[in-house]
Amino acid sequence: MISSTGESKSKLIGRRMFVISAAKAVVVLGILGRLVSLQINESKKYKTLSDKNRFREWKFSPPRGTINDYYGKQIASNKQVYQLHVIPENSENIETLLFRLKNILNLTEKKVFKIRRKIKSQKPWDPVVISDNLTWSEFSRINLFLHELQGAEPIVSVARLYTEPSSAHVIGYVSKASKKDLQNKAYLKDKITTSTRVGKTGLESKLDIQVLGDVGYKRYEVNAYGKRIKEISINPGKAGQNFKTTLDQEVQELASNLLKDKSGSVCVMDIYKGDIVAMVSSPVFDPNQFVHGINSKNWNKLIKHRDKPLINKAIAGLYPPGSTIKSLAVISALENDVFNPKTVIRCSGSIELYGEKFHCWKKKGHGFMDMREGLKQSCDVYFYEVARKLGIDRLSVTAKKFGLGDRVLDGFIEERTGVVPNTSWKKKFIGKNWYLGETLHAGIGQGYWQSSPMQLCLMTAQIANGGYKIKPRIILNDDENKKFSDLNKFIEDRKLFSDDVVSLYDFISKFKYKSLFRNPENIKFVIDALYGATNEPGGTSYGSRLTKKGFIFAGKTGTSQVKRFTAKQRELEIKNEDLPYEDRDHALFVAFAPFKDPRYAISVVIEHGGSGSKTAAPIAKKVIKKVLERHPLRESQANGEIT
Amino acid sequence: MFKQGSIQSHLSIRDKLLAMDFVLLSCIIFLGLISFFAMYSTDGGEFAYHTKSHIVRFFVFFFLFFVVSFFKASFWYSTSIPIYIGILILLILVKYFGLTSSGSQRWLDLYFLNLQPSELMKIGLILFLANYYHRISAGDVNRITFLFKPLVALIIPFILVVTQPDLGTAFLIGVGGFIVIWLAGVKMKYFTYFGLILISLTPIAISFLKPYQKSRILTFLDPSRDPLGAGYQITQSKIAIGSGGFFGKGFLNGSQSYLDYLPEKHTDFIFTLFSEEFGFFGSSIVLTLYVVITMRIVSIGNMVRDTFSKLYCYSFATAFFIYVAVNMCMVLGLIPIVGAPLPILSYGGSSMMAMMLGLGIAMSCKIHKDQSIN
Repeated sequence: MISSTGESKSKLIGRRMFVISAAKAVVVLGILGRLVSLQINESKKYKTLSDKNRFREWKFSPPRGTINDYYGKQIASNKQVYQLHVIPENSENIETLLFRLKNILNLTEKKVFKIRRKIKSQKPWDPVVISDNLTWSEFSRINLFLHELQGAEPIVSVARLYTEPSSAHVIGYVSKASKKDLQNKAYLKDKITTSTRVGKTGLESKLDIQVLGDVGYKRYEVNAYGKRIKEISINPGKAGQNFKTTLDQEVQELASNLLKDKSGSVCVMDIYKGDIVAMVSSPVFDPNQFVHGINSKNWNKLIKHRDKPLINKAIAGLYPPGSTIKSLAVISALENDVFNPKTVIRCSGSIELYGEKFHCWKKKGHGFMDMREGLKQSCDVYFYEVARKLGIDRLSVTAKKFGLGDRVLDGFIEERTGVVPNTSWKKKFIGKNWYLGETLHAGIGQGYWQSSPMQLCLMTAQIANGGYKIKPRIILNDDENKKFSDLNKFIEDRKLFSDDVVSLYDFISKFKYKSLFRNPENIKFVIDALYGATNEPGGTSYGSRLTKKGFIFAGKTGTSQVKRFTAKQRELEIKNEDLPYEDRDHALFVAFAPFKDPRYAISVVIEHGGSGSKTAAPIAKKVIKKVLERHPLRESQANGEIT
Repeated sequence: MFKQGSIQSHLSIRDKLLAMDFVLLSCIIFLGLISFFAMYSTDGGEFAYHTKSHIVRFFVFFFLFFVVSFFKASFWYSTSIPIYIGILILLILVKYFGLTSSGSQRWLDLYFLNLQPSELMKIGLILFLANYYHRISAGDVNRITFLFKPLVALIIPFILVVTQPDLGTAFLIGVGGFIVIWLAGVKMKYFTYFGLILISLTPIAISFLKPYQKSRILTFLDPSRDPLGAGYQITQSKIAIGSGGFFGKGFLNGSQSYLDYLPEKHTDFIFTLFSEEFGFFGSSIVLTLYVVITMRIVSIGNMVRDTFSKLYCYSFATAFFIYVAVNMCMVLGLIPIVGAPLPILSYGGSSMMAMMLGLGIAMSCKIHKDQSIN
């Protein structure tokens, strides 16, 4: 039945089929082109996307490194904590889960609200911390109901533990990273996880980078619904580095106990190595309460406290140095050859300059004084005269040389530098010219002076070691220990050839110390006068001396005025104790021990404690005793006898 | 010109086997084998339900393919209208007795198989129209009165399927029909008129669209509109194919499909899974197989002399190609997701049945090319 019409039909069909075939070829090329583009050209991009789909990482923080004292006693350590995390996408119904948890853990409405907000703000597979410090009974209750709590994950983790409240200030504390931390601390970028705590103050802040360690992660393959299919890899991270400090926890505790109910600080330093043996501030606070977030009641209590417990007064408390500056005034005057130490001045209780009256602390006067007696009895009138001849600029140069007005330690964010006043400083910061009267006040450590107790301790150490610059340290490292390995031999040598130039040269070259003097005799003069101040009748700290052989020390008291006495108060003979607390003088005491072959310097500051001799020196005496008693142990530790 | 039909009216089974197009046959077998592996992979590397059921179906319908191809082409010519009407009745039955799944009523429960008559209609309509244009003379093709019947034959099943609702299949049925009408020689201007009517009807059609269908079209136009909803499927499919690279991730290693990122991986997105595991290398082989199958059927169309066989082969080849192209373009993100299975590879009995039926009739045309249709 194939007809002619069939023939022409066939031709037409064939022609149209040809058109269709051409179109098909175009489509095939299109599909092929797309395959080439996806699978060859952009394959890398899609492989990455596929891996992003496929793998999910859960980061976790390794335990923080511990911070230990000189003998290896842990000051900041870690404890096991029980935590509860929720991974929202693993739970079938997050609301019922929260409701159940609320009942089991007695969560407050506010807390649940916070958790809900947190869940909304992050990816559904990121864990939300419900509680980071469950009690054992809460933890076991959770585990009991765990089969009904899909999405909840009880976790055993580690958290910071501080066992020694006496070291709260020097160690500092950790807490959750704030927005500011994340902005300012670049190193946190790869170290942060939900459980990371960041060092906020003290050594925790200074050593944060090393103590944090490296974040570990668990990598899982997940399906489209976020369910973990299998663990691909686990990286345990790197635990934080442990640190040994120069602190002696026993001295810390003693000092802290002595400062109980007082506001103040104690610093003890090795005068050769610069090791900080103690750095205590009072009142103390419990740093543990910051680890899991401090509640507002406790926080308010801390920041509204009269004595500011959160401030590390050893490095962030600034006080006029008072009479403790007189040692430097002597050194400065002798070094600059402006004053003969034999010069005798009569103290009648006050002098007058341009109509202004300058009082000595002893109302009836000291009588005739030479320089040694002046320093020993801390005669203000004598030092008005020294300061007048010396001038403020020369005094400030010496003060800066001995470490005032500058940071003592590295990396303590809370440390303050204080003020060493001079003429240009006043012009720059106050905008006025310097008056001679101000020089007189500066000569007895009042007026614009602002120094931290640690600076005063360093100053004393650098006088006690014969006038050499040391670099204080608080973190022990083995390289520096080698440097000090034959220190004892040197000290022995020095005893034998006390004035031997070779020995001094040795000292400088071996320990790379810089001398701060022109003539070593000038330093010796001060050391001797300070001996008198503590161990001779009439000396300001005679009452607090130690007499046992090897325990004899030398020190200088200081009393720094918070408010100047009015003429009326002076007349009424108002005692410091009668003033309101805020107006009472600060009590200061700096010392070094033992007098013969000194090894340690100490500074004690009691805020509003009255006079240095009455309040600060007795505390220093007890601390010095302890430090000296523990010296043999410290030495043997340094020589590696105790490991 | 002589009547071969009378000479070779009786071919033995052996003759018929030998007269088959072996290139076409081996391509089908090869695709079948590939589909077994792909299905095994969608089951997560287990010989589980989908794999078993797919293999059984393949063999059952492959047998059907042989049976169909052994019937004379003239048999298919004479039964085209009953077949079309039969499928139409099934489509109407679906309206009343059909199974509903995910909001659409498409299946008839035949106990051993859930039959989807709309899939069969793809072949039924081509058969019907090829038959129609075989019967009318060339001069009548472009007369308005002769255009009426094919359009009605096309529009009735189209509307029945659209209202199931199953836009994808309805579209493929319609396209198949238009291809026959076009090949038969209907003038371009009629297509233009029809196109204009369609465009003017678009606003009304849109009002009939289900929200999810609207969303699919909108999402295609702007995939970022809904990255986790309708756009998710396209995105994940592209990731899967792209991440396959040149040689693929390896058999059973397609992480995208294994981890359930791929939607409907054993039906519409089977090509994605295969591409992910076997890469550009594997997907171009599959594409080549489909192109070869299409070309072989076209060449059968070139061989046969009667209008019915020619029209049928050309139209089926083109429709088959369009099914493949629509599915591939869809998973490659070139067109919106319309729900079109990939012939032979996709899981689904009715689709397999329709394709084997269609291929069988084409093979029958080849075997019986020298027999005329009466």
